[in-house]
Amino acid sequence: MKVRVKIRRFNPEKDRRPHWADYSVDAEKTDRILDLLVEIKGHQDGSLTFRRSCAHGICGSDALVINGRNRLACKVLVMDVGRNIVVEPLRGLPVIKDLAVDMEPFFAQYRSIKPFLINDDPPPYTERLQSREARARYDETTKCILCAACTTACPSFWASDSYVGPAAIVQAHRFIFDDRDQGAQVRLAILSGGNGVFRCRTIYNCVEACPRDIDITRAIGEVKKALLVGE
Amino acid sequence: MLHRFDVIVVGAGGAGLMAALYASRGARTAVISKLYPTRSHTGTAQGGIGAALGNMEEDHPEWHIFDTIKGSDYLADQDAVEILCTEATSMVYELEHMGLPFDRTADGRIAQRPFGGHTNNETKQPVRRACHAADRTGHMILQTVYQQCIKNNVTFFDEFEVVDLLRSDAGDVAGVVALHIDSGEQHIFHAKATVFATGGFGRIWKITSNAYALTGDGVAATYRRGLPLEDMEFYQFHPTGILKLGILLTEGVRGEGGVLVNGKGERFMPKYAPTVKDLASRDVVSRAIYMEIREGRGIDGKDYVYLDVRPNTVNRYFEQDSAKNPDGTPRRLTADDIHRKLPDISDFCKTYLQVDPIKQPMAIQPTAHYAMGGIPTDSNAQVVMDARNTPVPGFYAAGECACVSVHGANRLGTNSLVDILVFGQRAGRNAADYAAGAGWPALAHNADDPARARLERIRSCTGTESVADIRREMRELMMDNVGVFRTQAMLADAITGVRELKERLDRAPIMDKGQRWNTELLEAWELGCLLDLAEVTAVAAEARHESRGAHFREDFPERDDVNWLKHSLAYGEGDGQIRLDYKPVTLGRYEPKARVY
Repeated sequence: MKVRVKIRRFNPEKDRRPHWADYSVDAEKTDRILDLLVEIKGHQDGSLTFRRSCAHGICGSDALVINGRNRLACKVLVMDVGRNIVVEPLRGLPVIKDLAVDMEPFFAQYRSIKPFLINDDPPPYTERLQSREARARYDETTKCILCAACTTACPSFWASDSYVGPAAIVQAHRFIFDDRDQGAQVRLAILSGGNGVFRCRTIYNCVEACPRDIDITRAIGEVKKALLVGE
Repeated sequence: MLHRFDVIVVGAGGAGLMAALYASRGARTAVISKLYPTRSHTGTAQGGIGAALGNMEEDHPEWHIFDTIKGSDYLADQDAVEILCTEATSMVYELEHMGLPFDRTADGRIAQRPFGGHTNNETKQPVRRACHAADRTGHMILQTVYQQCIKNNVTFFDEFEVVDLLRSDAGDVAGVVALHIDSGEQHIFHAKATVFATGGFGRIWKITSNAYALTGDGVAATYRRGLPLEDMEFYQFHPTGILKLGILLTEGVRGEGGVLVNGKGERFMPKYAPTVKDLASRDVVSRAIYMEIREGRGIDGKDYVYLDVRPNTVNRYFEQDSAKNPDGTPRRLTADDIHRKLPDISDFCKTYLQVDPIKQPMAIQPTAHYAMGGIPTDSNAQVVMDARNTPVPGFYAAGECACVSVHGANRLGTNSLVDILVFGQRAGRNAADYAAGAGWPALAHNADDPARARLERIRSCTGTESVADIRREMRELMMDNVGVFRTQAMLADAITGVRELKERLDRAPIMDKGQRWNTELLEAWELGCLLDLAEVTAVAAEARHESRGAHFREDFPERDDVNWLKHSLAYGEGDGQIRLDYKPVTLGRYEPKARVY
């Protein structure tokens, strides 16, 4: 069948502002939206620019706004969105070219919460023990692929890009609730600041956007609670 | 722009990050990657990392060594395998210390599951050796090692694509040329030691588990600079890729009890591997699937079979086989186990096949997965240039782009993750040590001119051919002719076909003439890399007149240890020809014998 793909395009070497371009593509209902972008780039306009790598929802390269919602282009099929498909770059990050945005501000927020295990005790010869319950406590937030779909769906982030954003809080949660980690107080101190968790207004856009089905608002809530009443 | 570092690492998957982490402790180090590091393909590894911890049942590194050598069809170098499997255990503990969230046993230790080809050497039954974090073990490894790099302030050049390897007249490696994707500017990275960890090249084939990024840039750049590639005829097809898409469904599915079923509803692996059945090594299972399809026993007579992990099916076979847990209780699988242990593959099946693996079987076919061959190195991860293993000063390689060789003719599942960490670490350490004692290698005047000229040729190319069409034709040609089953005629056709495609690529123009984020230019350049590697693969496969591991010749169906127990080395000659040479396999404790699972 024919589908219509409308893409918001911007070439920094030619355009003063973004514009819409329309493409008609032969597609199967099980095609990924990414397949359509690849088809357009291969056969209609080679200059169409977007990031992609694994094409099955793990590398996190191709988060885009598809029919108004933040999703991974490789995890949405034509049958999920119908024949009229609208693709835009993520909001809240500077557009570089077409669908590629500048990810640096996003990764800077990620790095700001010290996303690494903090534990200066000398490790044992074998593994540290961890109970299944303790492991389960932070399981969900280890799924994050840093695709930025959540952060760029967040109105609080749109309002102020100095807000660390949901993805960075998810990453902080992954360590704060890991009983092997000793850096919770450092991270909580960072997240208690003006650009931390209390900018979250529980709008739930992040939960809807997450391609890994992480209950992000709950994770943020747990971090807020840890700040207010302790872990 | 010119940068100078003691050590540069190209690639930011598990091998590159591990190399960078260790190199940066003793040398000024930078990582160059065409992707953000967390996008690297290590992140898609699912089922586990093999290490004989013995947390759940008796196991020994010696057993892991033997299984790896047997899995390799005796082509692996046994000294290197010994390093791989012995260091695997300390490496897994190190990952845990770095914070990797492994699943746990009831007593809090790292949990392990069975995987193909990993056995108890006494009972010959599958052993629980794959240490796992659900079915996202690779994701957790990539994240964890990247986190350590952030902690240690490693310098990254993200979204820089390497387009040339620099060698001095003396033959030393002096660094790389990379294109800054955002600006389109060429940068020279001058280094005392260069580590390649650039990954595989599975995009050569139509059905592949490999990411778009896996175009073999580093391997091709090495080959184009006069260095040989080793064992390129050995390419692994993973048995269980999602139908048509090739997306990987981990061997862990079969580790948890899943079985392969043909169109007649029969579990067919016991016919081909009576002892370990569905957990035979990957080459054996992929061939069995093709045999079933060829004999008309695909699903509805078509070119696929089912992978069935429905609890009812699995438990029926557990009962039939009297399968036991390590504590002696009968082994059973529940829907909840699948949710907990295989969440991602359940998600993939729902998204791409509209199938819930708890209720329905999954349609699968073999998918191009892993290069056993690549840039030849010794067991210190130093690149070697000939059959005498003469080292290339200042050049190291690790991970899928390299061929140590620990995988020989067929890699065992979970061993790629061991490989990237063990040899990534060695590459990083040795590169830093080398840089500490080395001067700056000579850098030619205008060292980046050849790369600029090559890219300029693509930019200014005219003609009526299409990059996308040539790419599609290459992938189909290689899938049909250089896949699981091969013959002289198929391989000869592939060589002719690939050479025609290479010529046609010179007449394929690109539309985007801009500087910034010109991914069309890069895709055309990457296709050139893939075509070079496709050609080498087909040429090496045509020359090897035997069947061993993943290389199966229908016209030479037996393994021939008298004539072919040796590694191939393929050199690109100036006149466009490929010269093949061979070097002996390092044997050790294990004499080659017939391989039965």
